[in-house]
Amino acid sequence: MMLTKNLPQVRNNMLAMFFCFLVIVPVYLVIVNSLKDSAQARTMSPALPEKLHTKNFSTVIERGKLTQSFVNSMLYATSATIISTILAAMAAYVLSRNKTRFNRFVYFFIVLGIAMPLNFFTLTKVMQMTHLINTQLGIIILYTATQIPLSVFLIYGFVDAIPRELDEAAIVDGCGPFRLFFSVIFPLLTPAVVTAGVLNFVGIWNDFLLPLYYLNDSTKWPMTLAVYNFFGQFRQDWNLVSADILLTVAPVLVIYLLGQRFILSGLTSGAVKG
Amino acid sequence: MKNKIYPFYFTFGALILYLLFVVLPGFMGIAYSFTDWNSYSTKVNFVGLDNFRTIFSSEENYLDYIRHTLFFTVNTIILKTLIGLFLAVLLNHGVRRLTHLYRVIIYLPVVLPTIVVGLVFKSILNPRTGLLNEFFRSVGLDSLTRKWLVDPDIAMLSVIGVDTWKGVGYIMVILIAGLQTIPKEYYEAAEIDGASPFGRFRHITLPLLVPALTVVTILNLFYGLRVFDIIYVLTGGGPGYRTDVVFTAVFDEFSKGRYGVGTALSSVLFIFMTVFGFFIVRKLTPAEA
Repeated sequence: MMLTKNLPQVRNNMLAMFFCFLVIVPVYLVIVNSLKDSAQARTMSPALPEKLHTKNFSTVIERGKLTQSFVNSMLYATSATIISTILAAMAAYVLSRNKTRFNRFVYFFIVLGIAMPLNFFTLTKVMQMTHLINTQLGIIILYTATQIPLSVFLIYGFVDAIPRELDEAAIVDGCGPFRLFFSVIFPLLTPAVVTAGVLNFVGIWNDFLLPLYYLNDSTKWPMTLAVYNFFGQFRQDWNLVSADILLTVAPVLVIYLLGQRFILSGLTSGAVKG
Repeated sequence: MKNKIYPFYFTFGALILYLLFVVLPGFMGIAYSFTDWNSYSTKVNFVGLDNFRTIFSSEENYLDYIRHTLFFTVNTIILKTLIGLFLAVLLNHGVRRLTHLYRVIIYLPVVLPTIVVGLVFKSILNPRTGLLNEFFRSVGLDSLTRKWLVDPDIAMLSVIGVDTWKGVGYIMVILIAGLQTIPKEYYEAAEIDGASPFGRFRHITLPLLVPALTVVTILNLFYGLRVFDIIYVLTGGGPGYRTDVVFTAVFDEFSKGRYGVGTALSSVLFIFMTVFGFFIVRKLTPAEA
């Protein structure tokens, strides 16, 4: 009796474990091979390292100029995430609170940006006209701009959940629009803002396309471009490539593990209920 | 009064950046599609529909790139939705313990950079030394070994497989959120009425999951049509042109300085996706009073 009742559970757990296994194998490969020497890592085999070559990491940091690209990635992802999330929250707030015909059109128009692919040719022209091409400021502004539609979409739905009475009370207390937004509304938007922020950060950290088009200077490269270039130079040394990969993904992994509850739950409440 | 409390200038920051760096280049691109704009000459001449004639000519490969893009998009939509739905149902109530851990693991590839996923799978799919073929050899299934990324007939399928590995967790999470909006009472009532598990899935889960499935399809569609990274790393568009898609072709035109044709190709995608997006977004944003 006990057994037949648990049979579906056993089967389902086996299935879940099988899928987890498929996910973990490549991750495992990178970890073990990052600790081997070059000869042993050549075929990227799943065998355990004979000796732990932790030196790979320092070699990679030095030869792959990882410190520089880490700082770059951090700079791009952090600043663009903060700016775009705040700007998007401000826009979403006003558009959601004051639903005039025109404002609804503006909202619609911004959200349409989720569908629009970038035109890299004419964007180059715009970047040249604004003197932002091949600059760090330029790439930050580009990331900020491209993340705005999704962020506005994610935050917009949440604004409605904040009672308007709060606004009225704050105004009676003499709050101006800025104080009302930043000290009353914004803190209450935290779940949506964190969700949008994490998505933005991970998206920017992992992006490869914009720097490929718009950053020629290798000192300005983020980690994705650096790791790809590193692979080009050291494709024989999978131990080093693996170590480089691990260091590249470490920050997003930390953010993911810290924010997984937000990501796995909050992520879509805005999207699905509509 | 409302305009004073909720001033429109709050939207300026977002709106200006969006207009200047996303919308403007899109529309400028349409205008430049009718020119011979290139990197070798500073003069830009009007050439009418020449670029579009090039793109839609059967002597060039552009139509193939569009076809490959659609093939990639349709197949990743189907695969990710089917597997994602299976996983969502499995991890929503099919498993009693460790549910969250399973979800965390299966979602993990979503947060990894595509470029890195590509590099790792490039080694796993290596015909001679890669783990996949080694595995088949070690269990005596030598007949299943393939030149995954080199064989023209299966390179695109391999790319689709890797992309599904990376993206299916995202779909799963959205579908789980969708499943959780379905009231439990429906299932209880159906069980009392004697509905089979499949019947419950067919007549309760599926119909009520339509909104989430729509969202998932749209996300996969927008992603698929502009896919670049995974193909760039895994195959670079090869072997030959067999896995080239619109955005790898665009990058190629960009590198070669053929801006006119490139921007025309971009604009075809821009117009298609914007018009399509227009109807989708309008459907998804219900008109409120």
